[in-house]
Amino acid sequence: MLSIKNLYVSVEGQEILKGINLEVKPGEIHAIMGPNGSGKSTLANVLAGREEYEVTAGEVIYQGEDLLGKSPEDRAKEGIFLSFQYPVEIPGVPMVNFLKTSVNEHRKHRGEKELTAGEFLKLMREKMDLVDLHPQLTNRSVNEGFSGGEKKKNEIFQMALLEPKLAILDETDSGLDIDALKTVAHGVNALKSPETSTIVVTHYQRLLDYIVPDFVHILYNGKIVKTAGKELALELEEKGYDWIKKDN
Amino acid sequence: MSVLTEKADVSLQYVSLFNESKSKLNGGSSDILNSRRNKAFQDFVKQGIPTRRNENYKYTNLQPAFAFDYQVSFQKPQTEIAGEEIFRCDVPQLDTHHAVLLNGWFGNQNQSKDLPAGIIFESLETAAVKYADLIKNLYGSLADTAADPLVALNTAFAKDGYFLYVPKTVYLEKPLQIISLLKSENGAFSTQRNLVVVDQGAKAQMILCNHTLNLNRYLSNSVTEVFVGENAHFEYFNVQNQHNNSTLLNNVFVKQESNSVVSVHTVSLHGGLIRNNLKVTLNGENGEANLFGLAFPDKKQHTDNFIQVEHAKPHCQSNQLFKYVLNDNSTGAFSGKIHVARDAQKTNAFQRNNNLLLTDTASMQTKPQLIIDADDVKCSHGATVGQIDELALFYLRSRGIEEKMARLMMMNAFAHEVVQEIKVEALRERIDELIEKRLNGDVARCHECNYNCECS
Repeated sequence: MLSIKNLYVSVEGQEILKGINLEVKPGEIHAIMGPNGSGKSTLANVLAGREEYEVTAGEVIYQGEDLLGKSPEDRAKEGIFLSFQYPVEIPGVPMVNFLKTSVNEHRKHRGEKELTAGEFLKLMREKMDLVDLHPQLTNRSVNEGFSGGEKKKNEIFQMALLEPKLAILDETDSGLDIDALKTVAHGVNALKSPETSTIVVTHYQRLLDYIVPDFVHILYNGKIVKTAGKELALELEEKGYDWIKKDN
Repeated sequence: MSVLTEKADVSLQYVSLFNESKSKLNGGSSDILNSRRNKAFQDFVKQGIPTRRNENYKYTNLQPAFAFDYQVSFQKPQTEIAGEEIFRCDVPQLDTHHAVLLNGWFGNQNQSKDLPAGIIFESLETAAVKYADLIKNLYGSLADTAADPLVALNTAFAKDGYFLYVPKTVYLEKPLQIISLLKSENGAFSTQRNLVVVDQGAKAQMILCNHTLNLNRYLSNSVTEVFVGENAHFEYFNVQNQHNNSTLLNNVFVKQESNSVVSVHTVSLHGGLIRNNLKVTLNGENGEANLFGLAFPDKKQHTDNFIQVEHAKPHCQSNQLFKYVLNDNSTGAFSGKIHVARDAQKTNAFQRNNNLLLTDTASMQTKPQLIIDADDVKCSHGATVGQIDELALFYLRSRGIEEKMARLMMMNAFAHEVVQEIKVEALRERIDELIEKRLNGDVARCHECNYNCECS
């Protein structure tokens, strides 16, 4: 599915990722943990194609093809989905227009017929139930006036509409209360299949109680310094990150 | 003529024109128009064609536009101005009374017989004779020739335009659409003078469309004076859609009495140089003025909105919202002045100007001004000049939306805040569509026409 080899990334001249290697196979859930500033969000954004992030070395192969040369929209249409840490408010762009355009761009890419307004609304209603998002929110502009929790649910709602092959959840748990966290995790799990993969970027172990990872990687200072099973997350919860910092 | 020698030569051209054309100017025109010419001309001579040294025209250079040798006619064209043949407005579902003006002249075939009883809609040239009592005290009372050289020039050369009178408590149910066309073999300098009276408790909506019908050079200088009585409602929509070789100078003066509501919407879709001078005077308590503007200059186009709101009486409210999307090497200017007079307590006056620069070579000058002589008022102003939010663009793209479409969605969103204030639904939808075409890089032709507009 995804193969990251020796990836170096700089932002505004500062090197953030310093040789990342990561293999993600279909059906796997990978958690990426690490202290603030270790490069977790950079990794998530660079996979989605954010242009401010400059790849200085290394390669990323997604479904057998070079990923880094592709535009963000092509990556999305080929199945990569980034759930934003801070979903962007876009005043004046109605949610429904945005979502319908997005879904239809995906459908066109797959050679499917575009959905009519009626068909789309039906699909939207189905998927909203999954994350318990209030239907009235779709009458607003994109993320405008949404609470922190609603924004995160809205990300998972979009994920449900777009059915990605590789979902990257960038601190989807931050700012969520326990009920919202369960709802979001439930949504993510319901969308999971043996063909799809998930990368969960998080500070804390608590999300991993609900989205159980196959692998946990610790990212520190731009490198993956430790990889193990889900028990690593519990160990981190207990000991904090200091022991990682000391060893590296 | 020592004053003149200090002015650029370009003004002299218009001085000669006036001196040579006096008999034509006065011939066939009412004394109401003729009696103002000499004073207006003197005021023009004093001021000249504005240069950038004139603070009010600092960001708009009119010299090149005036320097051209235009064709000028001070006589109504003999041929019928057959609007329907040369022009068909293509706004579906927009049910209006409509009228055509050509090069500033009121079309003979325009008829007011379908209008509700009592409404007068006429050529100004004719109306100034037929309805002299209605017009004589109003004409020129708002458009001060000493304050602006374009107004002075217009008043000196004014022959025709339209006159609309909506009597007390009469409602004009359908909007009145006025299509102002420019067409001439050699380009033209056109002077149009309009007068609108919406009397006490009356209601009217006007849609004014400015078009050029070929690619010749045009300079049009119009003055419109609008009087809105107590408890009256007046909405004025101006859609400006000309070509890159045209100069549109549009001077609108509104005076509104107590409890009246006025909205002025100016959508500058396309045009080489557009200058909108708009002055609104709130002359009675509880008046409300809403002024909206949108501009989409590209290539080397220039759009300037020069707004003055005069709060003369207490308890009035004014809102200004002007937005520009500037592409290529285009330039824009906005000046919004709010003056609250000493007695105008409890005034609410708001102003906002937001601008989106699509390139590094486009530029915008914005100048909000508040002059407050009262002490119990709420006033605010704000101006921003920015670029498309890259993070928002990435968000849209990360959901599979092509970059071009994502940009278009964001530009539309930016403009829509102003468009949504257009209350005539069919017009609002059409303007949304035109803006989308315009932003998409297509020429936003809003009319079916029998020429091939290259709008180069």
